[in-house]
Amino acid sequence: MANSTERAVGRSVARKDGIGKATGKAVYADDLIFPGMLWGRTIRSEIPRGRIRMIRRDFDESGFTVVDFRDIPGKNGIALIELDQPCLVEREIQHVAEPIMLLAHADRERLLTARVEIDCDPAPAVLDPERSDVVFKDILIEKGDVGAAIAGADLVVEGTYRTGAQEHVYIEPNGVVAVPEDDGIAVYGSIQCPFYVHKALVTLLGDAVSHVRVVQTETGGGFGGKEEYPSMIAAHAALLALKSKRPVKIIYDRTEDMVATTKRHPSIVRHRTGVTRAGRIVAMDVAVLMDGGAYVTLSPVVLSRGAIHAAGPYRCDNTRVAARATRTNTPPNGAFRGFGAPQTQFAMEVHMDRIAEALGMDPVRLREINALEPGDTTATGQTLGSDCSALETLRRATEKSRYAEKRAAINGSNRGIGVSLFFHGSGFTGSGELRLASRAALELTERGVRVLTSSTEIGQGTRTMHAQIVADALGVPYESVEVAQPDTSRVPDSGPTVASRTCMVVGGILQRAAGELRRTIGDASPAEYFREHGPLRVEAEYEQPEWIRWDDQTYRGDAYATYGWGCNVAEVEVDPVTYEARPLKVTAVVDVGKAMHPALAVGQIEGGTAQALGYALLEHVVMRDGAMANGQLTNYVIPTAPDTPPIDVVLLENPYPGGPFGAKGLGELPMDGPAPAIVNAIRSLGIDVREVPALPEIILRESRSGKREAGDGS
Amino acid sequence: MQFNLNGREVDIPAHPMRRLLDVLREDCELIGTKEGCGEGECGACTVLVDGQSVVSCLVPFAQVEGRNVQTIEGADAQALQRAFMDHVGAQCGICTPGMIMAALSLGPDPTRRQMQEALAGNLCRCTGYEAIFRAIRAAKRASRRAVTTTETVT
Repeated sequence: MANSTERAVGRSVARKDGIGKATGKAVYADDLIFPGMLWGRTIRSEIPRGRIRMIRRDFDESGFTVVDFRDIPGKNGIALIELDQPCLVEREIQHVAEPIMLLAHADRERLLTARVEIDCDPAPAVLDPERSDVVFKDILIEKGDVGAAIAGADLVVEGTYRTGAQEHVYIEPNGVVAVPEDDGIAVYGSIQCPFYVHKALVTLLGDAVSHVRVVQTETGGGFGGKEEYPSMIAAHAALLALKSKRPVKIIYDRTEDMVATTKRHPSIVRHRTGVTRAGRIVAMDVAVLMDGGAYVTLSPVVLSRGAIHAAGPYRCDNTRVAARATRTNTPPNGAFRGFGAPQTQFAMEVHMDRIAEALGMDPVRLREINALEPGDTTATGQTLGSDCSALETLRRATEKSRYAEKRAAINGSNRGIGVSLFFHGSGFTGSGELRLASRAALELTERGVRVLTSSTEIGQGTRTMHAQIVADALGVPYESVEVAQPDTSRVPDSGPTVASRTCMVVGGILQRAAGELRRTIGDASPAEYFREHGPLRVEAEYEQPEWIRWDDQTYRGDAYATYGWGCNVAEVEVDPVTYEARPLKVTAVVDVGKAMHPALAVGQIEGGTAQALGYALLEHVVMRDGAMANGQLTNYVIPTAPDTPPIDVVLLENPYPGGPFGAKGLGELPMDGPAPAIVNAIRSLGIDVREVPALPEIILRESRSGKREAGDGS
Repeated sequence: MQFNLNGREVDIPAHPMRRLLDVLREDCELIGTKEGCGEGECGACTVLVDGQSVVSCLVPFAQVEGRNVQTIEGADAQALQRAFMDHVGAQCGICTPGMIMAALSLGPDPTRRQMQEALAGNLCRCTGYEAIFRAIRAAKRASRRAVTTTETVT
């Protein structure tokens, strides 16, 4: 066997895409030009709910292609979990910025100045998720006897916690180009999940095309924001391209991207917790509500992950989580890094500090008493193995940040310190991975081997990390492994690039494919074998670990194959004049199983932490009459370089035996902890904040309402 | 209209009120300059005009007549580019050309505060800026070493 090589896994090897990005040569969707290409534009609703009476086109139509719902050859819906979201409105408008009509023209100025008026009969809109009578999904997780345990508790602490919407703000706005080819259609674009787009186009176009091909271009950030909505944009571009018989490019400007596309689900979470005087949690009763927006889209699965993480990384024999997602007349809320877990763990972690306050106990001590350990069971009844690291992350983070010393020094100052303990399930929930049945392939090339998956590089380092796994599993140099551009006509369906699954799940399939390839080619190097025997392709499919048991009906069992674990300590300073909370430092200790590429892993933790700091303090989606009122980067503020404090990252490697080289999921984990750690740091100054974003006006209000009473539980 | 682009005199017949960003990307086919917001907030379209960093989405083409324009394709930024590759200063890469153009203005040994200020107009959503700072420090170290070596030789 040719193992003349230094191992790639565990080393910070050169990124496969580094040079293209550093030189500006990498090609993104807006960089593509096709001969005869038109520009596309989407005409949208301006009211949250109503019925279309008449549409007036008030422009010179020469050279224009115009599309409405009557041009859809297949089903007028964007296929995802349900088919309830129309591609183009027929009569009933359900939210602001809902697509109604499409225009295309070769001249961008003429396209953008074309006037279309839509006369509507408005209807009353439902904008409050608590008042909605349409339930998208209910989930109930039950363990033990919550009623009896609460009745027998020494102390019961109750509280309500709220999180706002959050916009992804990938720096590259959404964009695609649809190109007619033969009797079919190709779509190139900024896409996280090429096979989601493929499924949506096949459903929409039906027999009108012989084939659909989806190709991911270089993608300037995703964070979940390019998981489901690109199917809509691809559908629009494809309809215009098929009607005009020309390539059509649709690039959203920043405002359209912010106003029309998905956000993180706003949430309201209520906790009722029974504890003993000694600080042991004996009962948890949690009610979760998420605002789904106007269509089902991904809300049931966001809710599911939120519900499973709602009891936090704590041991409790009597737990009930009742979670619900309802419909409102706002653009659908959707996937965003963390996928429901940041919302519910925000509530849990701020509630933990309130329990500690009620008990007169240090919040770290309360977490030490209750944190999950190997052998304990989660809310769904999953027994944890040795890959559980909650206590270790807590110990390391409090030591590294000198938490105890700084907490003791608060004493009347305006500098607070707060902690959060969190976990994040790796991969799809429950039987999700089994249903996906993901595949990945390897093929020999003249230089070595090529990786074929539909996993997309969106900045996180997919190409590099997959090449590292294959290089070591085959025993070949990292440099001899190349990674194919995801093109649905060339790569197998490896499932979507979501759920912190690209390394652990798809990487695991690649590791097995590499083992099979090695058995086939014997001791030869891939290039030698290719020269002697010609092309060879090996494909492998996901195999679920046999010990996993999950019941979708009862929500009992092994919710995830493994979990990443993390602890944040946040230090903040509250300005006594402006009431702004400024983060001074965040310590992040995370167990990722195995850091395949330490520099990339640290980059994920730092970047996710910064994004979560924005969620905690700055990012406020202002909704007015069902529309985002601050859909610009001028007044929707994300962390800039001066806003971002030093982030001290410590990677722990407690391996998951079923992951490639011990790896667990990592991409979403850093989103879960910073918001509660920041709010708990503000709370450490006696300011009773229970929501994010913790804007100055909220801190001012809670400062004026007086110092909170310790023991307001009862 | 005539101007100097990446060290070469060029004459581009574009409307004077078009955005410099569009003229660079569409007429000059230099796609390394990116559009992130179109309102001067994100800095992805940062280029140098007479050595000053500007957001090219807010500059009418007429303003660069007779001036020197530098983009990522022509900038003297190899040390920074190398360091952004080695230290994972680029994740998704869309902010990277603008980030590198903005970082060119920094002195040989910048403090954290100086880097934060120089990049205050350039948003990155992937890195939390830490890896960008590490890349800039490494590039400046490499440049300082290069200068020292040259002096020893001469």
